[in-house]
Amino acid sequence: MFSILKKEIRSFLSSLIAIIVIVVFLIANGLFLWVFKETNILDAGYANIDPLFELAPIIFIFLISAITMRSFSEEKKTGTFETLTTKPITDLSIILGKYFASLIIVIFAILPTLVYYYTVSTLAVPAGNIDSGAIWGSYMGLILLSAGYVSIGLFSSVITDNQIVSFIVSMFLCFFFYSTFDYLGSFSLFKNNDFIIEWFGINMHYKNISRGVIDSRDVIYFLSLIVLFIWLTKIIFNSRKW
Amino acid sequence: MSIVVENLTKTYHKQNAVDHISFEINSGEIVGFLGPNGAGKTTTMKILTCYLPPSSGKAFVNGLDVEEQAIEVRKQIGYLPEHNPLYMDMYVKEYLSFAASVYHMPNKQNRVKEMIELTGLQVEQNKKIGQLSKGYRQRVGLAQAMIHNPSVLILDEPTSGLDPNQIVEIRNLIIRIGKEKTVLLSTHIMQEVEAMCNRVMIVNKGKIVANGKPTDLKQQFTSDRILHLTFNKELNPQQYAALESIGKVEKIGTMSYAITSATEEEKLKSDSFQFAVNHGLMLSEMKLIENTLEDIFKNVTQ
Repeated sequence: MFSILKKEIRSFLSSLIAIIVIVVFLIANGLFLWVFKETNILDAGYANIDPLFELAPIIFIFLISAITMRSFSEEKKTGTFETLTTKPITDLSIILGKYFASLIIVIFAILPTLVYYYTVSTLAVPAGNIDSGAIWGSYMGLILLSAGYVSIGLFSSVITDNQIVSFIVSMFLCFFFYSTFDYLGSFSLFKNNDFIIEWFGINMHYKNISRGVIDSRDVIYFLSLIVLFIWLTKIIFNSRKW
Repeated sequence: MSIVVENLTKTYHKQNAVDHISFEINSGEIVGFLGPNGAGKTTTMKILTCYLPPSSGKAFVNGLDVEEQAIEVRKQIGYLPEHNPLYMDMYVKEYLSFAASVYHMPNKQNRVKEMIELTGLQVEQNKKIGQLSKGYRQRVGLAQAMIHNPSVLILDEPTSGLDPNQIVEIRNLIIRIGKEKTVLLSTHIMQEVEAMCNRVMIVNKGKIVANGKPTDLKQQFTSDRILHLTFNKELNPQQYAALESIGKVEKIGTMSYAITSATEEEKLKSDSFQFAVNHGLMLSEMKLIENTLEDIFKNVTQ
């Protein structure tokens, strides 16, 4: 698994995808958080970085899809899939190697935003007067959400040998899991049972964790989402054997 | 026995790509797998390398079942797939050391160095794979397949798309490697088989139609021998009739004739010579036309 992980990270870095993704993510966040008027932290009056955690899930829909789109599609297209799968490695270690490589790149994109935390905490009156619990919870939520997106992206990549198809499917599925259930819930179709529908969406659990309350149910939701998509990936991975 | 295949069948959409084939390959043999496109060569190789599961039948590599002990089998095999897929944006050394790490090789760097020397990649070792010419890419593919010192090598068309010099180089490389390993390779080039292989297997429509040493095959599939004779003048009808007692005669030039006969080579030659002496003719040329592997290939696959 580690040889695959190492190879993937090196190829992310050499193909510049990782760097472009990290740079785009930081520029977009920087603009929204410190420059644009509507979402500006400085004008908001509160010492928090909530806009970051509202924006990041949307930006990640694009960026994580871009990171994961090539993981299997490219191997299938160039035929290296065959070399890889005839090496003495289990299918699961190939998948997990690729999974963690993508996740590590995403975490590297998130890390620099800790500067925002430091800035806001310094600017707060009095300095350091910031709801750290909520912010750490939010970071935790963001990482879990990214981990979910990466598993969705990996699945979208394994179903096709075309990177563009993979990118679009991945964006659709991420968006679907992020907010569709919320919209459905807001229609009051099931009277008081709407929360059950919302429960299936990422957003509800993400928001719960963002408040700084780490409930095992929310964590289990994300883990099940990841396991589900990795399991589906593994099934499609073996489709040549059907 | 390095490779044992028993009654192997692979069915795609109700069509048998590989149809109940059985063969054995001893360790140390270099076996050429011949056949027209779509005959089932690649499918058989993919099954042996555990890429595809067989529909029925069994295959063993060094006594290990390809279906049940897939990971173990893969450790024993070095595989060069058709079209030699490689990571174009990786450096040669980087790729080889990745391959070595996948096999958990101790002493990775040394092994990579050895393979670079063995395959003659020294000059190109610091380039990206995408920048290499096809011949050098093929060497990278071979180096990658042999990095873990496997006892069995499976090479799918290792020389396709190379220029004649590169073909000779890759061929010599395979012969050198083949001294210690079992090699199963597929190809379309007959001369290649004659130059490299101890044994030939010809497959057609998923079945093995010929299997043996190249020289044995030639004998087995040659019932008629053709002898080209050139005399110093044209034969008169009487002489022509006399010649026909030796075999079927065909005029191929003003003074040249082809005799087709089932008699063995020495007898055929001495008969022809005797004929010339008896009729006071001078024999200026006598040439036995041998059946080439190509002819056998055509015969058994059409």
